[in-house]
Amino acid sequence: MIKTCDVAIIGAGPAGANAGIMAASQGCHTIIIDEQAMPGGQIWRAKSEAIKSAPMTPEIIDGDKLRVSIAESNLTHIANAKVWQIERELDEWVLHFIINGRSEKIGAKVLILATGAREYVQPTPGWTLPGVIGLAGATALMKRDLLTPGKRTVVSGTGPLVFFVASEIRRLGGEVAAIVTPNSRADWLRALPSMSYRTDLLRRGFVWVADLLLAGIPIFWRHAIKQIDGETKVHSVKVSKVSSDWSPKGPARLIEADSVCTGHGLQAASDASQLLGIDVKYQLELGGWVPEVEEDGITKINGLFICGDGAGIRGAAAAEIQGKLAGLSAAKSIRPEVNSSNSTLLNSYRRASRFGMAMTRLSIPRKGFQKLITQETIVCRCESLRRCDIENEIETGAATTNAVKSGSRAGMGPCGGKYCQSTIAKIIADRENQSEEKIAPPTPRPPLRPVSASALSGEFEYTDLQIPKPAPL
Amino acid sequence: MIRLIPNSANQIKRAEEICFKFDDQLIKAHKGETILVALMKNGIHHLRDAPTDGKPRGAFCCMGLCQECVVAVGGKLVESCETIATDGLIVQSLRH
Repeated sequence: MIKTCDVAIIGAGPAGANAGIMAASQGCHTIIIDEQAMPGGQIWRAKSEAIKSAPMTPEIIDGDKLRVSIAESNLTHIANAKVWQIERELDEWVLHFIINGRSEKIGAKVLILATGAREYVQPTPGWTLPGVIGLAGATALMKRDLLTPGKRTVVSGTGPLVFFVASEIRRLGGEVAAIVTPNSRADWLRALPSMSYRTDLLRRGFVWVADLLLAGIPIFWRHAIKQIDGETKVHSVKVSKVSSDWSPKGPARLIEADSVCTGHGLQAASDASQLLGIDVKYQLELGGWVPEVEEDGITKINGLFICGDGAGIRGAAAAEIQGKLAGLSAAKSIRPEVNSSNSTLLNSYRRASRFGMAMTRLSIPRKGFQKLITQETIVCRCESLRRCDIENEIETGAATTNAVKSGSRAGMGPCGGKYCQSTIAKIIADRENQSEEKIAPPTPRPPLRPVSASALSGEFEYTDLQIPKPAPL
Repeated sequence: MIRLIPNSANQIKRAEEICFKFDDQLIKAHKGETILVALMKNGIHHLRDAPTDGKPRGAFCCMGLCQECVVAVGGKLVESCETIATDGLIVQSLRH
């Protein structure tokens, strides 16, 4: 017999945690499974045990509030656990997860997916060099360990994250060599009306930029990194102007640095949703391919709910509210007496979404950005496959992401295609003269997270194996 | 220089120091830190060479997804960004 509960939730970020607190408050036995040691997700990631004390930040204050609410609720939180497979057995979901190097499982009547987002990083010559990390990765290092990515860092990318990362690097004692963003000041001005809902965040953003400008740190608007150079580690980057569709143009400028943080918007992490049979549709303003789900988290599959950035990139504020809505919907499916209609929540969700979607619009790479990927640039990091390898595969007739994957191994490496598939879809779209929404992502397969064979087989001695005697001839 | 967001590096208090071995090098870390954090603090970014083209690689996603930061501990491959460094741990790079 496996342990079962009413509601299981994958992900303890703003969406999953609030869904869990809500479902538990409605009397459902609720379990939340999360990869991190503490709830909070990427945005409210908790500090590691190595930090004894440090100045408070808005992220820590909000995260601590959430962690207290979880501690005070009836919610069971399973930490440091990675869900790698989800199955439907009779009328129950069975979740397989790796914890302490072993695979375990739990059953649940109802499942809420709150798997959050994944960062898109634009491949550029040299992006595989040690010292180049994702913008989201930089926030993880800085939030958990208060560690700067290097001594002197170029921060490059789209949307608001570049300014947050640059500001945090300086607050933690690092040096920012330059900020490189393809967004223009006019792009930001156009986004202002949708941002008026969160004057607090708007004000914070202004302080980040003002502080960087006061310090004389160059902000290269409408620019992109064209190349990153170094032997075994970054020593310099070349940046050049980009046009309005973000095609690189003009001469390159050299900036010396020992590290680079780079990221170009978030995408819904929808592998688990797709694995369970939810259709995805292309919505650029939500970051690309998103699962089909209602505002209150309801999907076409009975007993399956999706909320937060995993349903489309609307940001943390919207994720919190949609988490509550999905928690209510899930509770109602178990206890029909629960009143799940809540127009106040729904209205505030729509308002918060507007802000998040404005940030997503700023962050989505434009078409010309693909020109940064030269023929020799690595696209699939795991298998070291270059753009020309992918194009050769397309040339032989591979017109889908699945076909490129099976023909070239792009996406079959240990990361499972998390960092190459969007780029490959863009390259196919480009070669086939199609729009990106015609090139569907590849079919997701378990394991959803890398799993070692020993985690599945367990530890054993060969001598302990009971081998039956061979049948007599 | 006016700073709207002051440098707060000197207000951070970290746990006691421990020591582990990365290839032939002794690495100081604070108790509770991941292997990756300790290595990066010591300026070590090159953790392995890619199996196909042999080119240097290091941490990339820093959240347990990309597998670029794997190192060997006790013969097993682990993500250095998710594995806590302990005193006396022996860690091997996957550099050729």
